[in-house]
Amino acid sequence: MTRPANRPLSPNSWQYRELNAKTPGLSHLSDALISLAEAGEPVVAGSADLQYSNGLNTFAARYPDRYIQFGISEQNMVTAAAGLATTGLKPYVATFASFLGLLCCEQIRMDVAYCAQPVRLIGHHTGISLGFYGTSHHATEDIATMRAIADLTVVSPADGPQLAAAIKASADYPEPIYFRIGRGREPDVYPLDTPFTFGKAIEHLVGEEITIIACGMTVHPALEAARTLNAQGHSVGVIDMPTIKPLDRAAILAAAARSKVLMSVEEHNVLGGLGSAIAEVLTDEGAGVRLVRHGIHDEYSLIAPPTHLYAHYRLDAAGIAEVARGAMGLRKAA
Amino acid sequence: MSVSERTLAPDTRRASNFRPTAETLAMLREKARFVRLETIRLIEVAKVGHYSSVFSAAEIFAALYYDVMDITKGAPRRPDRDRFLMGKGHAAVGLFPILAELGYIDRETLDNYTRLGNPLGDHPDMRKVPGIDFSSGSIGHALSAGLGMALGGRMQGRAFNVFVMLGDGEMQEGQVWEAAISAAHHKASNLVAIVDRNGFQLDGAVDDVMGIEPLDEKWRAFGWDVHTVDGHDLDALTTLLRQVKADEARTRPCCIIARTLKGKGVSYMETEPGWHLGYLDPSDAARAVEEIMTRTI
Repeated sequence: MTRPANRPLSPNSWQYRELNAKTPGLSHLSDALISLAEAGEPVVAGSADLQYSNGLNTFAARYPDRYIQFGISEQNMVTAAAGLATTGLKPYVATFASFLGLLCCEQIRMDVAYCAQPVRLIGHHTGISLGFYGTSHHATEDIATMRAIADLTVVSPADGPQLAAAIKASADYPEPIYFRIGRGREPDVYPLDTPFTFGKAIEHLVGEEITIIACGMTVHPALEAARTLNAQGHSVGVIDMPTIKPLDRAAILAAAARSKVLMSVEEHNVLGGLGSAIAEVLTDEGAGVRLVRHGIHDEYSLIAPPTHLYAHYRLDAAGIAEVARGAMGLRKAA
Repeated sequence: MSVSERTLAPDTRRASNFRPTAETLAMLREKARFVRLETIRLIEVAKVGHYSSVFSAAEIFAALYYDVMDITKGAPRRPDRDRFLMGKGHAAVGLFPILAELGYIDRETLDNYTRLGNPLGDHPDMRKVPGIDFSSGSIGHALSAGLGMALGGRMQGRAFNVFVMLGDGEMQEGQVWEAAISAAHHKASNLVAIVDRNGFQLDGAVDDVMGIEPLDEKWRAFGWDVHTVDGHDLDALTTLLRQVKADEARTRPCCIIARTLKGKGVSYMETEPGWHLGYLDPSDAARAVEEIMTRTI
C-alpha cells in the first residue's frame, strides 16, 4: 500500500507533545511557576520524563537553566530536590501521584520532610484519573501515605486556578508540600487569581441536613450534586477542603454543629484519606455526628475511561447526589 | 595508587605538585588517630556502635576535613563551603568529634552522644546538628542529595564541591545508580563520590552478599572519572583529592574508590567483620586504644 508522503493528519489525530494544546488546564502549573520566576523567586522545576503530561515543558522552554530533566528516576529526583533546596533554591518537582506518593514515599519522608527542606512535590494525574492505564498509574493511597509524614503539608486543589493560586502562595511557605492534582481536565470551580490560604477550608454552601466535604476533582461534582438536591428542597452544604494537612478543624466542627450528617468525598481509598482525617477530628472532639465516607472503598479500580470510572464509583455529580441522599436517610429519587 | 591521570587536566596531572608536606601528613595522621580514639570513647557512652565502619574511613574523614574541604571553623552554614554527605551514615560517630573540634557542636553535646534528647545519634541529622550537610540513615540516598547540591551550586554560580562518601555495600542500592547516571548526564563536575571499599557489610563480605565488581568499570561506564587509591595512605589519598579538586577543567563527576580495611587500626577488628556493630568492654577498649596509640597507619 502506498501512502502520500505529506498528507496532513486529521485534526482529530494528536500526539503526546501536543497534550498542552489539547488540555489547556495543564498550563496552570507552568504558568504559576513562570510568574514566580519572573518575580525573582529562586524556583527550579524538575520532572521525570513526564514534562508534557504535567506541562512543565513550557517552564523548561522559558527557563532552561532552571529546569532539570531527571529521566525515569523519580526517587533520585525527589532526593536531589532536597539537595537543591539546601542551596537556597525552591524546587518544584512533578511526576505521577502514584510514583510520588508510593514509590518515593521514603525519599519524601527522609530527605524532604525529615530534613525540613522546602521542596514542593507535585503529584499529578492522581486518583483514578488515568483510567484504563490501570492500577500502576492510579493513586488512591497517596493522601494516606503523605499525611502520615510529619512536617509535610498536603494540598489537593480543586481545579487549575486553585492550583495556580496555591503554587503562588507556596513561594513563602516554610514547609515542604505535597500537591495532589488531577489531569488538567477538571472543570473550573474558581476564577483565576482567587486567593489561596494554606490550612483554610472554603465554604461554598451551608446546609442543615448534610454537609459534603470534598477535595480535589470531587469539589465540582459535589457542588453540582448539592445544587440539584437543594433545588429539590433539601438543605445541603458543601465545603472544599483543599488543605488536607494541616486540616481546618474549626470548619469541620462548625459543619458538625449545624448539619445532621457529614459526608466526605474523595478520589482516594476511604481508608486513610480525607474522610479518615475528618473522622479523627470528630472523634478527638467527641462531635457525635455521623460521617459517611465516600470514595474508593478499599479496592483496586476497574479499567475504563476516567469519566466512566467516576460514574461507576459514584464520584460524578449524579453519583455524589445519590450517596448524599442515602446519607440523609432518603430513598433514591425515582 | 592507580590514578587515571588521563582524566585529569594537564596542569593537575603531576601528583608531586599536590603532595602534602611531611608536617601536614603528620597532622592528618594524628587527626585520623583522634577519630578512632573518639569513636571508642563515644561508643562507650552509647554501649553500642559502628567501630569498624569508622575505622575504614578515618583517613578519608581526616583528609577531607583537615585538608581538602573548604570549610570555616565556627561557620557551619557558610553558603560557599564545600559539602560532605555520607551514604554510610552509621559512621557518623567518627564525624561528630571533628564537628566539635570545628566549633560546630559543643563539647558537652559530644560527650552526651545518644543520651536522651541529644542531637547526636547513630546517624547524622542536619536538623539537629550544625555541620551535618545532609541527614542520612537510609542507605542509597546520599548521592542524589549531593547531586542536587552540586546542581544547585552551579545554577547559582557558586564554586563549591560536594563530597559524598558511600559504603561499598551501598553500591547494591538502585538509587545510587539513578544518581550516577543523572550526575554524568548533567555533567556535575563539582560532585565527588568516595567509595569506602572496605569489603564488608552486615551479613558478610560484600562479594559474597551481593557482588559489586568490577566497580571501577561500572562507574566508568556510567560516565564518571574513576580513580582508585589506598584509602589509608594519607599521602596518596590527600594528593589525589587535592588534584581532583584543583582540576577546574573537569567536565564529569568523579568517583574515587578508596581501598580500605574494615576495622583498620585495631588488629582483632581487621580480621573479624562482625565488628561492623558491637561494643567493647573497657578492658578490651583499652587494648584497642593502646594499639591505635602505638601503630602508625
